[in-house]
Amino acid sequence: MTENKKHILDFTVRQNLRFGTNYALLKLMPACGELPPCEPGQFAQVLVPNSKNTFLRRPISICNIDRNENLLWLLVRRAGEGTAALCDLHEGETLNVMLPLGHGFTLHRDGTMLLVGGGVGVAPLFMLGKVLKEQGMQPEFLLGARTQADLLMLGHFNDLGTVHITTDDGSAGVHGVVTKHPVLTSGNMAHIACCGPMPMMRAVAALARQQGIDCEVSLENLMACGMGACLCCVEDTADAGNVCVCTEGPVFNINRLKWQI
Amino acid sequence: MANLSVNIGNLRLKNPVMTASGTFGYGEEFADLIDLNQLGGIIVKGTTRMPRQGNPYPRMVETPSGMLNAVGLQNKGVDYFVEHIYPRICDLDTAIIVNVSGSTIDDYVAVCERLNPLDKVAAVEINISCPNVKQGGMTFGTTCTGAQSVVSACRKAYDGTMIVKLTPNVTDVTEIARAAQEAGADALSLTNTFLGMAIDVERQTPCLSTITGGLSGPCIRPIAVRMVWQVAKAVNVPVIGLGGIMNGRDALEFILAGATAVQFGTANFVDPQATIKAIGYINDYLDRHGLDSVNQLIGALKA
Ligand SMILES: Cc1cc2nc3c(=O)[nH]c(=O)nc-3n(C[C@H](O)[C@H](O)[C@H](O)COP(=O)(O)OP(=O)(O)OC[C@H]3O[C@@H](n4cnc5c(N)ncnc54)[C@H](O)[C@@H]3O)c2cc1C
Ligand SMILES: Cc1cc2nc3c(=O)[nH]c(=O)nc-3n(C[C@H](O)[C@H](O)[C@H](O)COP(=O)(O)O)c2cc1C
Ligand code: FES
Repeated sequence: MTENKKHILDFTVRQNLRFGTNYALLKLMPACGELPPCEPGQFAQVLVPNSKNTFLRRPISICNIDRNENLLWLLVRRAGEGTAALCDLHEGETLNVMLPLGHGFTLHRDGTMLLVGGGVGVAPLFMLGKVLKEQGMQPEFLLGARTQADLLMLGHFNDLGTVHITTDDGSAGVHGVVTKHPVLTSGNMAHIACCGPMPMMRAVAALARQQGIDCEVSLENLMACGMGACLCCVEDTADAGNVCVCTEGPVFNINRLKWQI
Repeated sequence: MANLSVNIGNLRLKNPVMTASGTFGYGEEFADLIDLNQLGGIIVKGTTRMPRQGNPYPRMVETPSGMLNAVGLQNKGVDYFVEHIYPRICDLDTAIIVNVSGSTIDDYVAVCERLNPLDKVAAVEINISCPNVKQGGMTFGTTCTGAQSVVSACRKAYDGTMIVKLTPNVTDVTEIARAAQEAGADALSLTNTFLGMAIDVERQTPCLSTITGGLSGPCIRPIAVRMVWQVAKAVNVPVIGLGGIMNGRDALEFILAGATAVQFGTANFVDPQATIKAIGYINDYLDRHGLDSVNQLIGALKA
């Protein structure tokens, strides 16, 4: 993967699409110039405005780069004060963002690729699916959520390829967690790209390992700098010990991780 | 354009703005965002004799106006620095200063000896103040005899400018400062992080793997300014001030309190361009106050 140059840019909020009370899809336009090149799975470090009690930037996945409209999409879940302030942004407000950061997903050109997302973890998978489709691949999606209301951007995903669904309460799709879905248990794919809550990623990684399927996961370790300067975000790897998730990841092949799965 | 250059012992800095160890990597991480050659100096990550994996995750938590860290001096060791990193950064037109850490006096000496021949290393900063390692580190910096023993041993091993970085986690920082000066320090930098602790109340667990960690960021600034002011009066070597500096205004607080130069740490995480903006701010400030040199501000506090 190429090393994209980092930028710090001011963005104007063009649109804030709210999904229920807990999620927002922000569409942001650079105050001047074009969006820099970004790859699926890379992330941004967002300076939180209007938030008295937060201090550091917040890492948020790049959900989409809309080149036609020159818009950056960020999908945000209200987790604490910082993300709450982001969810509550109004059109016209300004946001300072550093991007693109980290190493994203591998763009496989062979075999079927299943993109498995949970909750707000679907964010980077949208851009991944879009880029795969642009390259002539046919990505399939397996999206899991707590309830139907937590399934985000479904319409957008449907435009990219086949979408399979699970919900914890059975309100949509297959009842249960993603690893119960036949599309995953069938093992009929060459690659898996996964982003979601840790228990979900571990379960998917365990299944992939059993079935010998190549699998990448996107980690969400706590970060301070987001650019390899502080060494706060480390993950233990089989080949190199503690490495920075913000520079070597956030996307890792599960073979590198020392997860007990 | 006012004169921004300052002297730390025999070392001349083009301006008083440097970056603090452990918060700026090796500078390269920031090269896309700022012109590193504009900095007064870069103090690279704490470097030890042998490679260190550091502490287990989680290593950081945000706290009000700051953060706690427990990195634990993860680095690839001084040999790796000399062979792989030094060649990449030695041609930068800024003072490259290596932060030296260790568990034993022999460790510190070994790192100093390895760095001594490198002519593009402008100075060493002896870190006797890291709160995140079980042995050595801060324990050397909390007693006068401890500080004296490390500093005098390093003095014999290193011929260039030697800065000693002090911990604030002591009753009287001026005693340790004097001890370090007597043992041969050319300059003192302070402060390192303050020992702190945060608890996840829902889980009823510590937020850091090491339970306690080092507090940094603007929350510590008033204490750091006070300590710099006290130390600057107590010693006659230059003092480098740091602790919670976010911008040029904050930097001037330390300079007015008696610091010859300053370091930006945690600020780099919030605004990677904070240092460059601060250099501009200090220059404008000097113009605005009709001063031609930043040296006129050092210790110029009217009190
Ligand atoms: C590479 C990366 C990409 C991410 N992408 C997205 C995204 O696209 N959309 C999105 O909504 N969130 C994303 N996150 C998670 C997001 O960064 C955190 O939810 C956010 O930092 C929490 O900040 P806060 O101020 O709202 O909450 P805080 O008050 O700081 O914390 C609230 C709760 O969230 C947890 N939390 C804090 N930081 C993280 C973190 N880094 N990861 C997971 N949990 C955390 C805390 O432990 C706490 O329980 C991503 C994280 C990483 C590292
Ligand atoms: C993540 C992190 C890593 C650090 N690593 C080191 C280190 O290796 N050596 C050292 O002397 N100080 C280290 N420090 C301390 C800083 O250099 C500085 O003294 C401290 O953070 C206070 O300044 P600040 O408030 O401007 O950050 C570290 C601080 C942080 C936040
Ligand atoms: S967050 Fe600072 S190194 Fe990864």
